[in-house]
Amino acid sequence: MSAENPEKNGSDGRVVLGTRGISKSFGAVQALKNVDFEVRSGEVVALIGDNGAGKSTFINAITGVFRPDRGDITFEGEPVRFESPHDARERGIETVYQDLAVAPQLDAVGNIFLGRERYRPGILGRLGLLDQPRMRRETEEQLAELNVRIRDLGKPLSTFSGGQRQGVAVARAVMWASKVVIMDEPTAALGVAQVEMVLDLIRRVRDTGIPVLFISHNMPHVFDVADRICVLRLGEMVTELDPKKNTTDDAVAAMTGAVRARGRGEQ
Amino acid sequence: MTGPQTDPGQTPEQEAQPGRRLAGLSSVLIVGILVFLVAVFTILNGTAFLNFGNFVNIAVDASVLLLLGVGMTFVIITAGIDLSVGSVLVLSGVVGGQVMVALSGTSEQVQNYQFPNQAIGIPAGVAAGLLTGLVFGLFNGLLITRLKMPPFIVTLGTLGIGLGLAQILTGGTDVRFVPTAIQSQIGTKEFFGFLPVPVVISLVVAVIAGVVLAKCGFGRYTYAIGSNADAARRVGIDVDRHLLKVYALSGLLAGLAGLLDLSRFNTTSIGAHTADNLASISAVVIGGTSLFGGIGTIIGSVVGTFIPAVLRNGFIIQGVQAFWQEVAVGVVLILAVFIDQRRRSAEERM
Repeated sequence: MSAENPEKNGSDGRVVLGTRGISKSFGAVQALKNVDFEVRSGEVVALIGDNGAGKSTFINAITGVFRPDRGDITFEGEPVRFESPHDARERGIETVYQDLAVAPQLDAVGNIFLGRERYRPGILGRLGLLDQPRMRRETEEQLAELNVRIRDLGKPLSTFSGGQRQGVAVARAVMWASKVVIMDEPTAALGVAQVEMVLDLIRRVRDTGIPVLFISHNMPHVFDVADRICVLRLGEMVTELDPKKNTTDDAVAAMTGAVRARGRGEQ
Repeated sequence: MTGPQTDPGQTPEQEAQPGRRLAGLSSVLIVGILVFLVAVFTILNGTAFLNFGNFVNIAVDASVLLLLGVGMTFVIITAGIDLSVGSVLVLSGVVGGQVMVALSGTSEQVQNYQFPNQAIGIPAGVAAGLLTGLVFGLFNGLLITRLKMPPFIVTLGTLGIGLGLAQILTGGTDVRFVPTAIQSQIGTKEFFGFLPVPVVISLVVAVIAGVVLAKCGFGRYTYAIGSNADAARRVGIDVDRHLLKVYALSGLLAGLAGLLDLSRFNTTSIGAHTADNLASISAVVIGGTSLFGGIGTIIGSVVGTFIPAVLRNGFIIQGVQAFWQEVAVGVVLILAVFIDQRRRSAEERM
């Protein structure tokens, strides 16, 4: 959902972000083993797995937090190497982190424009003066378009509840992402109303053609919103499930390895 | 984080905001304390206290500390600390003074208070003093960002280094035979016959710093880093580079304060600044800046600087031992930090 192109840019199913044979070890622990993965335009892919399955490691590996030991990442059909999260962000990949990467003492506008500040035109801008009315206006416009309600744009986030802070973090990612949105447990801290808002937001982003990679523990949320479900277990991508054909039990079985579940969609 | 019993967003207007209320309370409280002090001393002393000349005296007394407080405000908002400001002030004054003495005339000339080359010596000394402050600030910033050392320890180290170097350079005695022009033209000069130059310099610096902090990208990054450095890093802000600039600013302003001090007394005052770091930290914290980072204003630090200055002045006029000022400032400081802590824990409970 870039500011320039709010129209649908279609879901032609091409691979936007992919990995081939990604591995990553921390000392003796192999956190990721030969992970192959794809996100195609216009889809919501859920990535699920038990604690320690490697979900966050995988996200960190594909967004430039650290580099995988082995394997390739492709972005829009070309091999890439993101040196930092900022690098990935510049290419249009926005991530909502599990640990809420917001600055609680800044207000919503300050957080949404953090690192992307707008400056006043002319000499004042060159002296470093921020264009606060413009940032506020653009935030209001984008939030209205995304149907996100934030209580008071001028108050520091420290006065918000956890759910409202998460709302700001999600809105920021969606506002700036032009290629892929990655959300690491975006519904974990939310109340019922906010969960609906976030899931709705995910669908709306998908409908613009921008794929969403959605990491969650919560099976109802996953089955509600995902087009495909990829299951990580002990660092391996063990199976892929179809939310229309598979059940929550299949997903839990695949995550825990209790049953050697195979995606019925693949059979 | 959200407690299980709360339902965020459903009843936003009803949510309590203790953090916000206390933040408002502390800034009102602090201005209130200043007004209260002025009122009390006015009642006790009448026009001996409440007159323009006396207020100018208070402002002149506060001007050096205000410069330190401006730099300290930026540092503390990033959740850092700079203990070296007093030493840097002294060293900058010593270096600036010695350069002025050396370049303004031969040693015989200056000992007879003749400064034939002061047109070169004074600007060179000012530059040397500012440069000394800047270099110390950069040194602090480099150690903190490159070696990942705690600001408290780094600046405690440079506190010793700065004061030690000042004493080595001078042999422990204050710099003498500094060109008198800096005192007559800067230190005790008054614009329009009533506005002392040191006050004007400090206030101009404070106003510019206030605008930079509140309205500019530099200030926004300062708050963001103190609020959540990881979040700042993730959006691509070069946190280390910004911290380097903040400590460099603090050093530079300490250098300027050293030159101002030199110009007021026409000599250095090596022994008189050992508590300046704590005084400026107190002023900044009393002014509402949070030691935890992310919160603070320049105007708060200005008020926080004036509270001790008014107390000292009022006690002297009143004939009370001036040492009571330190007791009173200590009480206000503890109160200010208490309020800040309450505010923080109130936020974390949300």
